[in-house]
Amino acid sequence: MVLNDRLDRLVGETSNMISLQNVTKTYQIGPSLIKALNNVNLSIEAGEMVAVMGPSGSGKSTLMNIVGCLDVPTAGTYLLKDRKVEELSENELADIRSTNIGFIFQTYNLLPRLTALANVELPLLYDGSKNTKTRALEALEKVGIDDRKNHKPSELSGGQQQRVGIARALVKNPSIILADEPTGNLDSKTGIEIMGILQDLNKNSRITVVVVTHEEEIANYNDRVITFRDGSIVSDKPVSDKILISDKYLSNRAANNEN
Amino acid sequence: MKIKSVFLMAIFSVTANKLRTFLTLLGIVIGVAAVISLMSIGRGTQQAITAQIESLGTDLLFVSPKTGANLTLADADLIASDPRSDFLVAPQISAPASITFRGEETSAVVNGVTGAYGSVRNLEIGSGHFISPAHVKNRNEVVVLGYQVAKDIFDERLPINEYVSINGRRFNVIGVLEEKGGGARFGSEDGQIFVPLTTAYYRLTSERTTQGEISVSTINVQSISNSDLVDKTVEDPKEYISDILRFSHRTVEDDFSVTNLQDVINTLNEATAALVVLLGSIAGISLFVGGIGIMNIMLVSVTERTREIGIRKALGAKKRDILGQFITEAVLISVTGGVIGASFGAFISYSINRLRLFGPDFETVITADIAILALTVAGVIGLFFGIYPAARAAKLNPIDALRYE
Ligand SMILES: Nc1ncnc2c1ncn2[C@@H]1O[C@H](COP(=O)(O)OP(=O)(O)OP(=O)(O)O)[C@@H](O)[C@H]1O
Ligand SMILES: [Mg+2]
Repeated sequence: MVLNDRLDRLVGETSNMISLQNVTKTYQIGPSLIKALNNVNLSIEAGEMVAVMGPSGSGKSTLMNIVGCLDVPTAGTYLLKDRKVEELSENELADIRSTNIGFIFQTYNLLPRLTALANVELPLLYDGSKNTKTRALEALEKVGIDDRKNHKPSELSGGQQQRVGIARALVKNPSIILADEPTGNLDSKTGIEIMGILQDLNKNSRITVVVVTHEEEIANYNDRVITFRDGSIVSDKPVSDKILISDKYLSNRAANNEN
Repeated sequence: MKIKSVFLMAIFSVTANKLRTFLTLLGIVIGVAAVISLMSIGRGTQQAITAQIESLGTDLLFVSPKTGANLTLADADLIASDPRSDFLVAPQISAPASITFRGEETSAVVNGVTGAYGSVRNLEIGSGHFISPAHVKNRNEVVVLGYQVAKDIFDERLPINEYVSINGRRFNVIGVLEEKGGGARFGSEDGQIFVPLTTAYYRLTSERTTQGEISVSTINVQSISNSDLVDKTVEDPKEYISDILRFSHRTVEDDFSVTNLQDVINTLNEATAALVVLLGSIAGISLFVGGIGIMNIMLVSVTERTREIGIRKALGAKKRDILGQFITEAVLISVTGGVIGASFGAFISYSINRLRLFGPDFETVITADIAILALTVAGVIGLFFGIYPAARAAKLNPIDALRYE
């Protein structure tokens, strides 16, 4: 069943969404040169859901920043939908972030003084979209938190804040959602709910998802796990028994209805 | 980004820290209020002076001697008796004097004048009558008091036929002038007294010319006289009078100068305009200090909101969006301060008039251009002092900004 799912997707879209060729990122700190990414080659296809793992300092966040066009490689080539990102200007990078990328953060990074709705509306304000309120509300509905639309982040639980964070990431229908340890600050039950939402977006909205995680369990909700150590990929393999939460929930709900 | 969202966002951010915004605003409010009220006082002064001078009639000319030279009564007669023109001529001697009435002493400017002076300078007699040619001829010791002088000395009592002592000599009060207004400080007749020219010359002053002629301080000439003799109107009275005197004095260089009232108004306008600018600039310094306050608070705000800037950039904000956001906030503060300050300044200016702070005759003047100027300067100051903090915000690297704690 998991295999069928993946095959379906491969038949539909074969082009690479993300392609890194010999990407290196170095930081100069005083006299020493730190290679946060060392000659990384990596392709992620459209519609994939990928987990990135590795010990602290192995370069996971650095990878996410480059994939998300917040940063550019020191050396090598990064193709996003076949566009060479390192050739783009700062404004063009901002455009790509605006139209193609949705970020989800471990610490949610909601603006504390804005309501949930206003936080979700924010990305829409930067491209002159119309009906921003309606669209933001739709995004909140999609992650099941629309009843809290007028709450400030401080009035929401961690799990609820992260749902708002996801709504903000998906409000512009991005091609890619990048989540850097989205469940890192949540208990495991809430973490699984979040993974369920990401799976739903991946499956039903066909958004490519990359999730950084430290937890083996969370990784198992993805199609593929890439492991980093010291800035290099040390393993890259499919998940043989991917857990599908939406199905599980559906069956749970079905079971509940039967009772 | 839409203007409306930029604006709403700025209002939202600025109102987040109300006390801080209020204090920053205060700097601009004080600056703009100071500019407006001081400039309105300056304009008021300007207007009072101009009105005072124009009340004399703009066809008035003054002939005065250059330093070291003399003008005499003979010169005045020469101009008056010119056959081809019909000037109304009023020679005048002016000197400070002390007036005593029943042991109380005040000081005023004493003018020795002839009967023509009253009509040349548009003086209205309140009670009694003005100096007559007979008074001048007989060197009578009679005096006409300006309104304010009479009031100071006699209060509500009638001064006519009373005796006052001027520089130790007894003078009979024969008349009091109507109130002229404009305030004594601008040279209004209200603070002056008038005696016959000859009396002033022989009894009150000590100057004597070598030829034994009566010297005068000023000759007032009204170029268009009351007569209907059209053929006797002169094209350029200033030059015409100069020619008469040159012919008589036979000096290489003119030892006198002829000024018409328009010249005086122009000169004074220049001087008072400079005064207005000076007052405005002094107040402008406080506006500048207010601007530094804005810059200071914007820099703090940028540092505090580093993470917010990172988030906005991750969500697709461009450099110019961040730049625009912070500049809008700075300008919003300064323009709001400008509007409040302008109202406050107008209120101060109004209160000065209402409470008669600078005397009954002084009115401050607020013109639209002062208000527009102050508001524009406030806006420009917000822009100027907002650009640097905003540029710092826009320049932030999104990753560093997101990591900022
Ligand atoms: N802006 C920076 N300046 C200097 N060094 C940096 C910078 N960002 C990252 N690094 C270094 O690059 C390496 C990789 O960092 P990165 O944040 O990608 O690790 P990570 O895998 O995300 O770790 P964690 O699991 O702790 O989040 C680390 O050694 C880090 O110190
Ligand atoms: Mg990390």
